[in-house]
Amino acid sequence: MKIVVPIKRVVDYNIKPRVKPDGSGVETTGVKMSMNPFDEIAVEEAVRLKEKGVATEVVVVSVGVQQAQDTLRTAMAMGADRAVLVLSEESPEPLAVAKVLKVIVAKEEPGLVILGKQAIDDDMNATGQMLAGLLGWGQGTFAGNVEVADGKVKVSREIDGGTEDVSLVLPAIVTADLRLNEPRYASLPNIMKAKKKPLETLNVADLGVDTTRRLTIVSVAEPAERKAGIKVETVSELVEKLRNEAKVI
Amino acid sequence: MTALVLLDHEDGRIKQAALSAVTAATQFGDVHVLVTGERSVAETAAKISGVTKVLHAADALYAHEMAEPLAALLVSLAGSYDQILASASAVGKNVLPRAAALLDVQPVPDVVRIVDADTFVRPIYAGNALATVKSSDSKKILTVRSSAFDAAPAEGGSAAIEEVAAVENPNVSEFVAVHLSASERPELDSARVVVSGGRGLLSEEKFRILEPLADTLGAAIGASRAAVDSGFVSNEYQVGQTGKIVAPELYIAFGISGAIQHLAGMKDSRVIVAVNKDPEAPIFQVADYGIVGDLFEIVPELTEKLK
Repeated sequence: MKIVVPIKRVVDYNIKPRVKPDGSGVETTGVKMSMNPFDEIAVEEAVRLKEKGVATEVVVVSVGVQQAQDTLRTAMAMGADRAVLVLSEESPEPLAVAKVLKVIVAKEEPGLVILGKQAIDDDMNATGQMLAGLLGWGQGTFAGNVEVADGKVKVSREIDGGTEDVSLVLPAIVTADLRLNEPRYASLPNIMKAKKKPLETLNVADLGVDTTRRLTIVSVAEPAERKAGIKVETVSELVEKLRNEAKVI
Repeated sequence: MTALVLLDHEDGRIKQAALSAVTAATQFGDVHVLVTGERSVAETAAKISGVTKVLHAADALYAHEMAEPLAALLVSLAGSYDQILASASAVGKNVLPRAAALLDVQPVPDVVRIVDADTFVRPIYAGNALATVKSSDSKKILTVRSSAFDAAPAEGGSAAIEEVAAVENPNVSEFVAVHLSASERPELDSARVVVSGGRGLLSEEKFRILEPLADTLGAAIGASRAAVDSGFVSNEYQVGQTGKIVAPELYIAFGISGAIQHLAGMKDSRVIVAVNKDPEAPIFQVADYGIVGDLFEIVPELTEKLK
């Protein structure tokens, strides 16, 4: 079985994002970019399934600008076999990405598609569910554990009050939650090897997908700053402040 | 205009967060709600203030709020509605984007403010920026951040209940089991007070030092990702970008450094108290009141003084 893993290039999670002064978005030029952390977990899971003999090939896909090929190389250094880059504008919406991925899935015919549960830039948490809908496949979102057996995938999902186990008919969609695994670091020899792995480049315009944005960004603003607080010396002082000043207890 | 709200529930109780989605929906016009499960849940829903009709899907197919059958049902009902909403809970986030794709709509997740019928405000980059977006889709599909909208009163309404028949099951998924952790305390995302612990609590055993304090305050217990990853508590306690987003009246953070990931989940709390032995911890930059000191001395003293 082949596994397809869609990955996204985002502002590195250690960087504090800065809103552009004109309010048109968040500054991304000259900012360190990395693979979305949830996508690293998705790649890791796919590679582990290959190491277990469940998967035969792992194909990583990214929809975005030319530089996303660096992100695809990173995934190949982690163990993915080959990559597909679909050239597009900076950050298409989940609906457009899901439509592009549907075309890729029709071509690659994977048994499983593993995505991250959300990208840390737009925080949408939608692409996996939307792709599952478009394909009519089952979806195992927010996966904390994944087991493939007998033409099915059993997914333990992280839900509000605990966990939920579901069983999906293959092919299916899984979206990775934080606790699914601990992604590996790419070793130097693997980074060198990844440079020789195949990377196919396509143009979104050639796929017959309408990627017109449905959401226009009117403005992007800094959230309201919290007023600077004070430090107190004793517990008694704290209790007094909470009672008489903040009036919360 | 009429909006449809998917009301998620657990053990026959409608979730507090779903009531916030009802409040958000009333800003568009008439509000209908869709509930699954027992008839008694529909009867509870009919009493929610602001709800004019309850659509009740009694079929066992929908009992566990699985995305595949439920999205198909929503799509079959969508024709009559201009807006479809749910709380940004695990259920809402699972079901609504799937339904949106089937309706060829780009959903707007985690809405914190409705500007007008087309324009919405939502946090991006872990709450480090607020984006105002205008949707050109004819139908709007939104999930609502519960901490940004008051819960609709659970009493006061008298909506009619209409039974809706099951639609064809996509038959690609099956519910197996659910494992809920039992807790007597208030729900984390609707508690008035949250007492939260981080890596500074040191162990699963020592984390329990927070329990008497939480009980004294009638508070929910929360945790940072570090505390969850260290195995002190299970992940449903996690507050942050990848866990729960809370905005209680009072949030007390013990031994939490205050990483961006965590702040995204609690910085809209009305009053924040931080207890940390590191005076340079970033949590002090958002805390209204801070104490630099050993939490293992401060927690029992605070508990004693509040009794």
